[in-house]
Amino acid sequence: MTTSVSSLVTTTDSVLDVRNLQVSFPSEAGLVKAVRGIDFSLRAGETLALVGESGSGKSVTATSILGLLPTSAQVTGSIRLDGRELIGLSDRDYSKIRGKDIGMVFQDPLSALTPVFSIGTQLIEALQVHQKLDDAKARARALELLDLVGIPDPKRRIDAFPHEFSGGMRQRAVIAMAIANDPKVIIADEPTTALDVTIQAQVLDVLKKAQEVTGAAILMITHDLGVVAGMADQVTVMYAGKPVEAGASDSVFYEPRMPYSIGLLSAVPRLDDGGRRALTPVEGNPPSMVDLPKGCPFAARCPIAVDVCRETEPELKVVDDSGLRSACHRSAEIGADLPREGMFPTPELPTWEGETDREGRPQVLAVDNLIKHFPLVKGQVFKRRIGTVKAVDGLSFDIREGETFALVGESGCGKTTTLLEILDLPTKQVGSVTVLGKETKSMSGKDRRGLRRDVQVVFQDPMASLDSRMPIGDILAEPLKTHGWDKDRIHARVPELLSLVGLLPEHAERYPSEFSGGQRQRIGIARALALEPKLIVLDEPVSALDVSIQAGVINLLDELKVKLGLSYLFVAHDLSVIRHIADRVAVMYLGRIVEQGDAETVFTSPMHPYTQALLSAVPLPDPRKERERQRILLTGDLPSPADVPSGCRFRTRCPKFLSLVESDAERCRTEDPASEAVAADHTSACHYSAALEVV
Amino acid sequence: MGRFLLRRAVNYLILVFLAATMTYFIAGTALEPIVNYLSKHPQPPMATIHNLLRAQNLDPNTPIVVRYWHWLTGVLQGNFGLTYNGDSVAAEMGRRIFVSTELLFLATIISAVSGVAFGAWNALRQYRPSDKASTVISYAILATPTVVIAVTLQTFDNWMGSPIQYIDLYDPSAHGAVAIVLSNLEHLILPTLTLWLIQVTLFSRFQRSTMLDVLQADYLRTARAKGLTYRQAVLRHGLRTAVIPVMPLLVYNIILLFTGATFTEIIFGWHGMGEWLVTSIQNNDVNATAAIGVFTAGLVLVAGLVSDLVYAALDPRVRA
Repeated sequence: MTTSVSSLVTTTDSVLDVRNLQVSFPSEAGLVKAVRGIDFSLRAGETLALVGESGSGKSVTATSILGLLPTSAQVTGSIRLDGRELIGLSDRDYSKIRGKDIGMVFQDPLSALTPVFSIGTQLIEALQVHQKLDDAKARARALELLDLVGIPDPKRRIDAFPHEFSGGMRQRAVIAMAIANDPKVIIADEPTTALDVTIQAQVLDVLKKAQEVTGAAILMITHDLGVVAGMADQVTVMYAGKPVEAGASDSVFYEPRMPYSIGLLSAVPRLDDGGRRALTPVEGNPPSMVDLPKGCPFAARCPIAVDVCRETEPELKVVDDSGLRSACHRSAEIGADLPREGMFPTPELPTWEGETDREGRPQVLAVDNLIKHFPLVKGQVFKRRIGTVKAVDGLSFDIREGETFALVGESGCGKTTTLLEILDLPTKQVGSVTVLGKETKSMSGKDRRGLRRDVQVVFQDPMASLDSRMPIGDILAEPLKTHGWDKDRIHARVPELLSLVGLLPEHAERYPSEFSGGQRQRIGIARALALEPKLIVLDEPVSALDVSIQAGVINLLDELKVKLGLSYLFVAHDLSVIRHIADRVAVMYLGRIVEQGDAETVFTSPMHPYTQALLSAVPLPDPRKERERQRILLTGDLPSPADVPSGCRFRTRCPKFLSLVESDAERCRTEDPASEAVAADHTSACHYSAALEVV
Repeated sequence: MGRFLLRRAVNYLILVFLAATMTYFIAGTALEPIVNYLSKHPQPPMATIHNLLRAQNLDPNTPIVVRYWHWLTGVLQGNFGLTYNGDSVAAEMGRRIFVSTELLFLATIISAVSGVAFGAWNALRQYRPSDKASTVISYAILATPTVVIAVTLQTFDNWMGSPIQYIDLYDPSAHGAVAIVLSNLEHLILPTLTLWLIQVTLFSRFQRSTMLDVLQADYLRTARAKGLTYRQAVLRHGLRTAVIPVMPLLVYNIILLFTGATFTEIIFGWHGMGEWLVTSIQNNDVNATAAIGVFTAGLVLVAGLVSDLVYAALDPRVRA
């Protein structure tokens, strides 16, 4: 390395120095250049976020710092920890650094712990690998660590196995392992992506606390710009294996000079962003990392690309006084002659032309006091019932024509069970489900079959929900065939459906594997539309997609709704997405709706303490706002639906309950609050509902 | 856990009873012990034959249900009846269980340990030449009948000038306890090798595939991120998890081999349970066949319980 001497001089106080790191993997298609040169330095106590979409090389960068890439990977450049070169170390030498100087927190806490060893065993192992501690001392230190990361009653929980911990608890345990030996650097690879927002807020808090205690630098890998805004001092945006913008968090968020960062920021749905409007998608897909086109890799998707962009790839260079570095030929013009606002065109969405008054529109779906309980049984031959899982416990709502109704809540609150119950068109349930004016209980088999045409579904995972051995044309024709359409009509319908969702008629010949995630989700939507349904049930339809792609799919859904007069039942955990698409929203907690109403009202003046906590937990992609915000942190996890608390089911985690005087609190303990109207089209199930602005 | 095992044991006992009953009915109707007497020269008078058979609870003129009842009450008191040549079935079974145990003991321990180790090793070296060669050889051995393996080993031994003796349990010319034990061990070599070849290939194939799943697991990466070397992580976290799904296969295979090592026993002249099953059917020996049926069903019971126990010991997720 010819540059290493000078770079060392300028960054003597940094703990981690990465210079011109390049990683490639051999594959059948050719050499995959996953990382094509990245530089950064991390100082103690500082947090650097690597931001980018799937395939941008951010996780590979993190993994290569830990030296955990597969042996086939070719790594060049320099990674220095306290001046010591790490590239080329043997596994034995590297393992003395891993877990001691560099701690790691992984994405999926459910699979990150060995299932057959107790939490304590694994934590003690992490300590004893690097320190000479006897068992008693190691155990004492492990208890200390578990207490530090906020595991309640660590003395009892230390001998629990991973499967006895919730996701949030496991991630706390993983953080405890990462900081066990006072590391200099903590690498967190999407540490909260698999968690609910309320748990995410808790875990991010723990991570910040861990940083304070150890004084470590954090390298945070994430796609979530909200998390970045709340955590990072420095931000590096990656695209196609290279940093395209790097600098202080505020500069990147407020004065980006690279169109990709600008596009990414404008594509993110924001919770604090006045109501329903079209999102700004970044058209196109990232390039293949095997065969990169000449010039700037973003040129094909860039609205301001000029000839030079297609010829030479821009260097990352300092573009303003704050030290922001951008890789764009036109960075000098951006913010001056080229305004950031409106750089990426926001499509015009058609407006609803039917009846605007909700009461005047026909009811598409009405659910009244829906209950779904599962028996909890034990025993092999003689099954005994030992309890009841109250997955859905008295749910009432209705959806009118042309309306998007969103169900939100943490995982385990009964959203999916509700969807499945409705799709089942049930016959034997308690309460009633009425679809298009027909009650499902009293329906004949033939009517039921007919009704299935009117209720269709789009699933979460666009990779898994399309049969990979069927061409797209057959996938779209299948529901038509099932419902007895003749060949000519099917033949005419398939291209029509494809163009409806923004694909080309000739795509019918291709197989799902030839499409990107966003395109596949469009195919999923086209399949749901095939039979001209009235109601579409959408189960987390965009949660598997990257931000820049997600915006396009949300816009498409909005457009189709107006064009075809559809109604949506939309289930999602991402409140910002819901803010952008929902007309009405219901917040679920432990099988019940705790707050329901017009989306605008619920989001701007939430009345139920749970809704308030949920909204307050959502991070905003805005560093200044994030610094000023006071979070309402919920304690603990969602209670088991097999063991619902008495009185108000939210009281065990309710921040308001804690502030009540004893005489008022007694009411929460004994009396189950009913849904009460707090305004026009706004109900809340809390004894002490009061509006609070939280965003 | 104790109650769980007890419930399991009761279930298995019911199964053993049903299996034994069905074996007796099938053996009692399909086998014809009378043939043994009819083929004698000179042939005894029919009345004598029937008397002899009746004394052994084998007379075809007695209804099968009645014979079954006699047999069942006997079995419950530990009396399995007499073999076709008049010995006690229970005594013969005891002797043969001992022979089978001696034959299988070493073979199964070596097979289990080496199968797991070999499979794990192959998984770690997936697609390297050693792994590819192991795959080919394993499938070749799995596809080879036991007879061929055993006879090949014998032929090879003969061709080498018979350095290893293999006929019967020990050299009849050996004198003194030490010499007999040593000769006995020498005679164990070839049958053990045969059983080992069959089992190690099967076990290692299973172990290889479960190990491959585990090598991709996130928790292995966590273990390495904690500071364990690749080797430590794979042994402590990987192998420990990857042996769990192999255990039921291992336990069932080993325990059921008691009556399943027929060819090995016959070819090497070990008079164990496997050989007995075949000879008693050939000899129309209803009582011996039924007794083997009870024994095999009992083995399934033991295998089930042992595999449950091993599984629970290794995997905390199934306890509770």
